[in-house]
Amino acid sequence: MSDHPVIPTQSEAKARDLQLTKVDRRDFIKLGAVAGTGLLLGIRLPERGAAGARRVPLEPNAFLRIDPNGDVTIWVARSDMGQGVRTALPMIVADELDADWSKVRVVQADAHASKYGRMMTVGSTSVRNGAWMPLRRAGASAREMLVAAAATRLGVAASELRTENGRVTHAATKRSLGYGELADAAAALSVPASPRLKDPSQFKLIGTSVAQVDLKDKVNGKAMFGTDVRPPGLLFATVVHPPVFGAKVASFNDAKARAVPGVRQVVRVAQGISVVADNTWAALKGARALEITWDNGAFAMDSADISREFVRLAEGAGAPAKQEGDVDAALARAAKKVQATYEAPYLAHATMEPMNCTADVRRDRCEIWVPTQNPQGTQSAAARLTGLSADAVTVHVTYLGCGWGRRSRMDFVEDAVETSMKVGAPVQVLWTREEDMQHDFYRPAAYMRLEGGVDGSGRASALRAKVVAQGISGGRGAIDGPAVAGIADMQYTIPNVRVDYVRADLAVPVGYWRSVGPSQNTFMLESFIDEMAHAARRDPFEFRREMLGGNPRLKHVLEVAAELSGWGTPLPNGRARGIAVVEDKGGLVAEVAEVSLENGRIHVHKVTCAADCGQIIHPGIVEAQMSGSIVAGLTAALYGEITIEKGRVKQGNFDDYQMLRMAEMPEIAVHIVKNHEEPGGVGEPGVPAIAPAVANALFALTGKRIRRLPIRAEMLSAAR
Amino acid sequence: MAPITLTVNGRRHQLNVEPDTPLLWVLRDALGLTGTKYGCGIAQCGACTVHVGGRPVRSCATPVSNVGTNPVTTIEGLSADATHRVQKAWIAEEVPQCGYCQSGMIMSAAALLASNTNPGDADIDRAMARNICRCGTYDRVRRAVHRAAKEG
Repeated sequence: MSDHPVIPTQSEAKARDLQLTKVDRRDFIKLGAVAGTGLLLGIRLPERGAAGARRVPLEPNAFLRIDPNGDVTIWVARSDMGQGVRTALPMIVADELDADWSKVRVVQADAHASKYGRMMTVGSTSVRNGAWMPLRRAGASAREMLVAAAATRLGVAASELRTENGRVTHAATKRSLGYGELADAAAALSVPASPRLKDPSQFKLIGTSVAQVDLKDKVNGKAMFGTDVRPPGLLFATVVHPPVFGAKVASFNDAKARAVPGVRQVVRVAQGISVVADNTWAALKGARALEITWDNGAFAMDSADISREFVRLAEGAGAPAKQEGDVDAALARAAKKVQATYEAPYLAHATMEPMNCTADVRRDRCEIWVPTQNPQGTQSAAARLTGLSADAVTVHVTYLGCGWGRRSRMDFVEDAVETSMKVGAPVQVLWTREEDMQHDFYRPAAYMRLEGGVDGSGRASALRAKVVAQGISGGRGAIDGPAVAGIADMQYTIPNVRVDYVRADLAVPVGYWRSVGPSQNTFMLESFIDEMAHAARRDPFEFRREMLGGNPRLKHVLEVAAELSGWGTPLPNGRARGIAVVEDKGGLVAEVAEVSLENGRIHVHKVTCAADCGQIIHPGIVEAQMSGSIVAGLTAALYGEITIEKGRVKQGNFDDYQMLRMAEMPEIAVHIVKNHEEPGGVGEPGVPAIAPAVANALFALTGKRIRRLPIRAEMLSAAR
Repeated sequence: MAPITLTVNGRRHQLNVEPDTPLLWVLRDALGLTGTKYGCGIAQCGACTVHVGGRPVRSCATPVSNVGTNPVTTIEGLSADATHRVQKAWIAEEVPQCGYCQSGMIMSAAALLASNTNPGDADIDRAMARNICRCGTYDRVRRAVHRAAKEG
């Protein structure tokens, strides 16, 4: 790979920018126009206000800078949690710019309220409806300005010039100029109102697996994660939170904790008790030595109570989330009817890097280093807690040791900011794995009742679903969008469909978990569709295929996965295949699992995945995301279960919340459908289909239907 | 508390740390070698894997007083510039996603290859059994270990 200059956080870039900063944003604009500083370009077109007479040629740029030495710097305002945004987003700019990729430098953007738009990295949106067009326009605008500057310099028409690899060339006279040489002159020009974008056939970087910018730092230990930040004078802390949801600290005795060598202080924070020490180990020992009496509050349910509550709620009326045709009538006249109830448990995110945040709160400012999916939320939360203005809060986004939605929350930020305020020093708050697992915002447990009807010709004529789950979105409307995603937006053409939602209100905190609603609803829908196919004595692939006429791209991935997996061809004795399909966040994915049952253990031997995510930026990253998503979904399908006992989470670490490991890794074949459709999501759509593909394969193998996750081998003897 | 002598990445250190401190926190907090990660604290996830006397060890569950005179190697000491054959193979196969578990993965793989020049899949499964990757990079890990063995 090329030896790519990598700037892990903005701090290094800050050093480079020192001549430009220490001043407010407006001065930055002014200085940015001074000769010798190159071209800065953002997505917003310049607003020429009263500045008029002052030579302010360009709004500065959030996204792109071209230095006189030819270096191209691209700010990435999305968080890297393994999905490759630090490579993919700069590729988009660099392609339209015709930049020399080896001269592209990547800077992680600090939080800013408005400069970069919304910085939240969730919902597989970094490319698809976040940056795709703005980044292309930024690259294309800069390119046109450089060409215009070259045209003047060379005394030729812009139309006679070509750009490639960071240079503008006039072929007729064999003259060429590097972008660096043109940067100052280009900066004096106005930004084109509508730069011409490339036709996809002209892409040079987009669609290729260029060397990812972060790999070297991720194999030599230098990549800076949240826990790796070491500002001068740093103290180390951990926070003990109430084990029961909704509980509070009634009283505590910290004498033993403070007696632990290295412990400096024990302080109350809003969510618990923070033990501050000279090193992490002392903080951990101090936390264990705390004697705390909890006021446990009202919540004391067990998982079994929650299941019963879901059943009770399912008896009541729901709110319609989807309604087409007349389900009652269609079911009444169906040739065959199928009924089933499905359940999925709470899941913890269990990111490899436990929740942590480093905060340095001073009288007039606050600096934060945090692995977050939500830099702007971090800035607002710190401003609220400290009473400082958001401008006085600097938020550096580090690498994220997984995100999965967990890192869009503010609880760990609040712990760190409050602790730093109380002790008057920079503090790194690190949650133990146990705190992390027991104080999550869990993927909601869910319960679904399904009824299906098949007509005399073996086609699905009716489907009714009632979803019971807590809402995630925070709204109190009748429908929680995330709770019904993956079922209310089903892609099958079935003439009579009704989906109802019943909101459950429980004290268990719930939140966004990689792929969100489809992560459980697809298991339920795609397993039940399989039940309907078998009731109709139809091949599950064919049964699905004929219902996907309204979504040709989804139908195509289904066909591709079936073909590549050898669907319908014989397997060795004791093996079977299952298939499932999903459209999730703009990604269309079909997966076929090949399973066996040996000595009472479920083996997933092979997974064939066909994915259509529209225009692909980096096929290598997409392949990795699909493969990793399958591991995520398979881990949940085979192991994932958070249980509640007397209002608290029972599991605490990887010994009782198991992860898929190396030996269980199936052979995964990913086929990416190539096209130039709008980019779709990549990081999540691979997750939902694997659980039903495996469950459907197990049905094909054993005749036992799995209707509850996680799948346990003993269910295969108990299930009907 | 008596100072502890520890040899890490070829350098000797005299450290005033509590003897029960896990090696992980000595490396990260006292020596600033943050490439080795905390993931679980109970030797379940392998993110903290380092070499002690050439063998892969979960540093989160190894009290520093147990290390004795055995030399410790961390990801920072594996090579000066990501040029160890395992690191090169990791880059060639583009293994890392988020990257957090990768130091531990690489240290486990390097220890395997130091004792087995041509591991089969079952050897790899065994050697990597105690390393969790939440991003699910296992398939590329396997390819990278095979590549590192081949390109030695």
